[in-house]
Amino acid sequence: MPLEAKKVAFRYSRKEPWVLQNCSLRVERGERLALFAPSGYGKTTLARLLAGYLPPTEGEVLLDGAPLPKAGVCPVQLIFQHPEKAINPRWRLRQVLEEGGILRDDILDAFGIERPWLDRFPRELSGGELQRFCVARALMSGADYLICDEISTMLDVITQAQIWNVILGEAKRRNMGLIAVTHNRHLARRIADRVYDLSE
Amino acid sequence: MEQKQETLLEIHDLSVSFRMYNSRLGQKDLQVISNLHLRIRPGEIVAVAGSSGSGKSLLASAILGILPANATVKGHVHYRGQELTPQMQRELRGKEIALVPQSVAYLDPLMRVGRQVDGHRRPKPTAQRRKLFRRLELPERTETLYPFQLSGGMARRVLVSTALLTGASLVIADEPTPGMSLEQALEALKMFREMADAGKSVLLITHDIDLAFEFADRVAVFYAGTTVEIAPAADFRTGPAALRHPYSKALWRALPQNGFEPIGGFQPYAGSLPQGCLFAPRCPCATDRCRRETPPIQEVRGGEVRCFHAT
Repeated sequence: MPLEAKKVAFRYSRKEPWVLQNCSLRVERGERLALFAPSGYGKTTLARLLAGYLPPTEGEVLLDGAPLPKAGVCPVQLIFQHPEKAINPRWRLRQVLEEGGILRDDILDAFGIERPWLDRFPRELSGGELQRFCVARALMSGADYLICDEISTMLDVITQAQIWNVILGEAKRRNMGLIAVTHNRHLARRIADRVYDLSE
Repeated sequence: MEQKQETLLEIHDLSVSFRMYNSRLGQKDLQVISNLHLRIRPGEIVAVAGSSGSGKSLLASAILGILPANATVKGHVHYRGQELTPQMQRELRGKEIALVPQSVAYLDPLMRVGRQVDGHRRPKPTAQRRKLFRRLELPERTETLYPFQLSGGMARRVLVSTALLTGASLVIADEPTPGMSLEQALEALKMFREMADAGKSVLLITHDIDLAFEFADRVAVFYAGTTVEIAPAADFRTGPAALRHPYSKALWRALPQNGFEPIGGFQPYAGSLPQGCLFAPRCPCATDRCRRETPPIQEVRGGEVRCFHAT
């Protein structure tokens, strides 16, 4: 029951250079993979391909041998690098969690989301505070794989450790697959059981 | 006056609050920074570490005078011995004081990267900018791209080059390194170090504290809108035994290479700050006195700390 990228390649148009070429990767449920590559190598593009935000120009992305479903909750959830660009600026944060059906007390407590934040707009919270909402909404039911694209670089190290503990606990409990993009080798060693360097 | 001259930027008893509506006509003030002290000398990198939402970016905005209209600033900020007035801020920012903004959304989405980094300067600093881009490993064609075509790390490096191109005396770098590879982050920090060694100053706001410990001269630790400890970076390299405040020690221990162990609890919300020491609810050594009185800043072993129990 794996999530696979088979020789995927991507470019924005025929006139543009390739952003990513000939990239293959396979993650099983319950497995935790850390993804390494130099900046500008195409890690975020790969994350978007795997989560179905972009269609690959060549190759295919398969979940359990079939393409990603086009309707309903996507079983592959992507948590973006820049939370300030991933939340609807005109929604209060309550709506963000309601959309994912995850406005639950246990989740709010686990991520340290203060109740007054729910009535604020995204620009009224700091990057680290917003990212907790992004992680929480990705844990909605129906998510089998989590792709974390440098999700903790804007968090202080204590919050980083707290949030990763929640994610790892949830991933284990629900037997989710995890792909974590990071530049921090120390962090990669802590969270993943396999490290994959794209540039090698 | 003597002492003022060797200080580039002095922040004394700064507080920032936001006016918010809590009902249809009712308003309240939400204090997000309180009793903050910080001093930056020429030739120095001061790293600001601390909790997300502890007011680090707001401090940067307060120095530059770019806080939103519903913010009130109290206290004193002196630049080169002079009180920093709104008019001075307008004249200095972008020239004397430059910002590396935290969000890559600060880039103009409709302008090619090269043009917006050059800005309105005449003559165009194209040659110098290309040199900076090369040093930060940005490919030649980056200047012709639009921001959406950049990766996260590339966008950060563009923002860093924007600030370095100004030749400012004080660069406020608000999380300049996320998304960069370790080598690129080290190169960017090395450029800040060279800047400081040439007599300029850097206020480095960062969560990559392990890197900051290596490059900074002093580290200020923020918690819930105030400074809890300001100490030489060497103490942070040594480890918890050399540190003074329990929160600084907790930060050190939460690093992935040092245990990855978070302490329990969360930073208090600005609207419901506890009485006494702000860290007391999460502190292992809190006593009744901590819950009653706010500890003043005191000197301990060559650093400043806001804790009754610091030794």
